[in-house]
Amino acid sequence: MPKDTRTHFRTSSTWDVAVVGGGNAALCAAITAAETGARVVILESAPKSYRGGNSRHTRNFRCMHRGPLSVLSDAYTEEEYFDDLMLVTERNTDEGLARMVIRNSEECLPWMESKGVRFQPPLSGTLSLSRTNAFFLGGGKALVNAYYHTAENLGVTTMYNAEVMHVEMEDDTANAVIVQIDGEAHRIEAKGFVLASGGFQSNLEWLTRAWGPAAANFLIRGTPYNRGVVLNDMLEQGCESVGDPTQCHAVAIDGRAPKFDGGIVTRLDCVPFSVVLNKDGERFYDEGEDVWPKRYAIWGRLVAAQPEQVAYSIIDSNSIDLFMPSVFPASKSHTLEGLAKQLGLDEKKMIETVTAYNKACQAGEFNATGLDGLSTKSLTPPKTNWARPIVKPPFYGYELRPGVTFTYLGLKVSEKAQVQTPTGPLTNVWAGGEIMAGSILGKGYLAGFGMAIGTVFGRIAGKEAAIYVNA
Amino acid sequence: MLMPDQMQEARRQVEICNACRYCEGYCSVFPSIMREKSFSDGDLTHLANLCHNCQGCFYACQYTEPHEFALNLPAILAEVRQESWERLAMPQSVARVMHRRGGAIAGLSVAAFAVFFVLMQWMMPEDGVGFYAHLSHVAMITLFTPAFLLPLVSVAFSLRAYWREVEGGKFRLRYFLAACKDAANMRNLSGGQGQGCNYEDEDRFSNMRRWFHQATMYGFLLCFASTSSGTIMHYLFAMPAPYALFSLPKILGVSGGVLLVIGCFGLAWLKTKADPALGAKNILSGEYAFIFLLGATGLTGLMLYAATGTGFVGGLLAVHLGFVLTLFLLIPFSKMAHGFYRMTALTAEAAKHANAN
Repeated sequence: MPKDTRTHFRTSSTWDVAVVGGGNAALCAAITAAETGARVVILESAPKSYRGGNSRHTRNFRCMHRGPLSVLSDAYTEEEYFDDLMLVTERNTDEGLARMVIRNSEECLPWMESKGVRFQPPLSGTLSLSRTNAFFLGGGKALVNAYYHTAENLGVTTMYNAEVMHVEMEDDTANAVIVQIDGEAHRIEAKGFVLASGGFQSNLEWLTRAWGPAAANFLIRGTPYNRGVVLNDMLEQGCESVGDPTQCHAVAIDGRAPKFDGGIVTRLDCVPFSVVLNKDGERFYDEGEDVWPKRYAIWGRLVAAQPEQVAYSIIDSNSIDLFMPSVFPASKSHTLEGLAKQLGLDEKKMIETVTAYNKACQAGEFNATGLDGLSTKSLTPPKTNWARPIVKPPFYGYELRPGVTFTYLGLKVSEKAQVQTPTGPLTNVWAGGEIMAGSILGKGYLAGFGMAIGTVFGRIAGKEAAIYVNA
Repeated sequence: MLMPDQMQEARRQVEICNACRYCEGYCSVFPSIMREKSFSDGDLTHLANLCHNCQGCFYACQYTEPHEFALNLPAILAEVRQESWERLAMPQSVARVMHRRGGAIAGLSVAAFAVFFVLMQWMMPEDGVGFYAHLSHVAMITLFTPAFLLPLVSVAFSLRAYWREVEGGKFRLRYFLAACKDAANMRNLSGGQGQGCNYEDEDRFSNMRRWFHQATMYGFLLCFASTSSGTIMHYLFAMPAPYALFSLPKILGVSGGVLLVIGCFGLAWLKTKADPALGAKNILSGEYAFIFLLGATGLTGLMLYAATGTGFVGGLLAVHLGFVLTLFLLIPFSKMAHGFYRMTALTAEAAKHANAN
């Protein structure tokens, strides 16, 4: 922490708004509040180099637009956006809040640009998202950097390595937060509080409580700093929760990824062109159910349900160039036996499964870029698209593990982002981002929607907090 | 000197970038990475010379230290780039010294001053006006023609080796013109959208470096055009120096000199504020000495003009010509070479891009 910040915070009596967390939602709230002249402090638990929570790893913002907007072409209407959300969440959402996020997303994009965020045309390999998602130039960390500069220009103070342990409540009003800074507890008072400190996915103990011992085999794709301390503290103090603790945004990622923070480079896009076997050498789900952007978010849970939470995606040379490279080279062998040995699978069983699959493949036109209807016949489970026999050596294999992005169990909020209790909302506590995303995402995930929720609710939280403290 | 494992380190980092691609919009390096699945040493040399060290990718990277992936692409590409300039130089041993040792550049400059002081003492012309009163035109031409042409021959051989190493393929004029366009507006220091680069103020974007580099580049080109126009006027039109203020050599030379001085001192000033951890190691003294040499060449040229008719002309002329001679001699062996490699890399990139589509 820079010296001036330290003095500032020691001598300052009371902040107008204390923002807990340092990612997208926190920054949107801090900027919005500071623009009204409020004195704002950001309490970021990570060091400066890791600031920004999971937002560091994001890359786009799903945005409604009635006509061409910035880098987005055509239109993406509220209804279409909402339908897309219904499809992935299977109606596990709060329609009112969801529609509010969708409608608000349109005005967010120009606001984001005015705060220094730069957008670019879709990244190569993401053309299917060019109409619906605006990509950040340089990715999420560039967005986070831009917001920190804007916040700094507005006079917002940021404290790094400042982990909020407890929100001090008196009836339905918060008076202060207890913050651990360099191993020392400090009490920081403020008139209003915005909680934007993420989910609890980096808290392995909590994950284990929800998932059982299987959680030990999960990889955490994002920041190790989202330990759910504030979320837990608020729930213990009687705030209402939404969401199922086992629900989260989880994808199947490369099993060799680091335990935390592996981010985008650990993702694998090979599933639709492969057969996926579990530890016992058996297939367990239709690999070709739909195009990958619509299916990647279910594979985390699918793999999590398999023995030892591991699976193996097997492809041959016909398909090796059809997807973006992962950061780890595939296991490679000229024979299926050799590949089974490398992956630690039972050779006989693996060959049996692949052979049965190959036999079930039928003649037809293969088309990697869209649903080609090339399906297996009389195979359980079937593979309903891109079902080409795996015959051309060398053969390749990737180990898959569940990679958790963020958990959905969170604080229930109102349309004004107020944190709820069974007897009504707290008077001066608002929430934005992953800590409340479960209010809208009950299940499943839609690319770029997390940033939409964070931006919309971060801004609302900041605005409402400012109205309260300036009153 | 580049360790073999540094090439391997560059490969490791570039493969991570290729799996991420968030930086695609910043510069030419990332689209070039994305065309490949695996990277030969030649590919890495190409990427390294395409990289203008704008550092945008470093500050946007979620995998920089303390992350275990420990990405620092600007630094590792700077090492590979630096090594390619030294390895491909002819003779290599001179480049290994001159690139890295500011003291060697200073020593060479002093030696060059001495040459001119001695020449002016011993070979003081009996007649002649302006500068030629101190050193005859013939003496200047005899010295500077080989001192200019031989380094260029050396560079030409190096560039041919470079082109082969990066597998530039068949050369076409339109690729070179595309490269000229990229260099003319320094697109690769624009951050992709004109916000500039991250250099003197950590992750805040600024165009300072781009503007100072433009001043340096155009200043140098104007000075070069000034000398060329003088040569043409001397030989084709029998109009020898000195020239009036409103003559082509003077207009080009004075404006070029001013730009060159502003650009060089600006770049040196920015360099003092930049993070050295994002560049190649152990070359700072060579780089500072080179920037100083280039700026001093411009500054002494301007001073020389200002001193017209005074008793300072002789001494200033010796110093100025000493800087010019040093600069010429160091073309293949100093940061001066980067312009040639950069143009070649941009040309090769235009060729690769065209061939991929």
